[in-house]
Amino acid sequence: MVNYREDRLNRIFAVLSDPTRRAILARLASERGLSVSDLAEPFAIKLPAVMKHLDVLDDAGLIRRSKTGRTVRVTIADGCLKPAVDWLERRERFWSASLDRLVDFAEAKERQAKEQGR
Amino acid sequence: MTTATLVRRIAARPDIVFDALVTAEDIGSWWGPADFPAISAASDPRVGGAFEVRFCTADGREHVCAGEFLEITRPTQLVMSWRWTSGGEDDERDRVSRVEFRLRAIDIGTELTLVHAELSTEVSARSHEWGWGGALDKLTRRFREGDRS
Repeated sequence: MVNYREDRLNRIFAVLSDPTRRAILARLASERGLSVSDLAEPFAIKLPAVMKHLDVLDDAGLIRRSKTGRTVRVTIADGCLKPAVDWLERRERFWSASLDRLVDFAEAKERQAKEQGR
Repeated sequence: MTTATLVRRIAARPDIVFDALVTAEDIGSWWGPADFPAISAASDPRVGGAFEVRFCTADGREHVCAGEFLEITRPTQLVMSWRWTSGGEDDERDRVSRVEFRLRAIDIGTELTLVHAELSTEVSARSHEWGWGGALDKLTRRFREGDRS
């Protein structure tokens, strides 16, 4: 059985596996409320293709779209990458503590070896 | 695929660091989360050989991580599969990941790089093919501040 958290994590990774979608998200992280045509501009792909990517990002809850008149503005969803960030932080905490102890351990062994003239 | 990468500079020669990574007695002295060092460790350091580390957290739960050595090149590279067989995080149980240690001789001794990559899900297997490796790390790091606010 796949639990909710895992399912969410998998979806985020799937969405981010596409370079165009990563580029769109990265841009939205620094500029808020861009229009769809603003977003499409740097890419050598047609507007409908960009719209498709936006649909995927929207379905995964990573962006929000709002319409003012004829313009659709796109904003990154707050906290949308939290599950992925949590996964990384948990891994880093575990290994960070382990590696700090490994450093102490290996350095003590090195001192011992030197004292024994090796 | 998402990966966690950590680097340490160690004042010890690569041979010593490498042995600390594969010798059961040595593994037991460093492997585990903060404040909860291993209570036992077993290791059969040859390709296909198994390792297993047990430790206990403050709540009395016992956790076991285990895996196999996939690549052993003393003293420069070590690759192992890695998973929780007991305890650990609920959503990570029985998901296999890959842990790689790279050692490089430097003036003070050894530069150790650890790369822990998730492998088990279909998604990460696919993204592994696409080869974008650490891209997610960079991206999530960029978002980290925003996610905390």
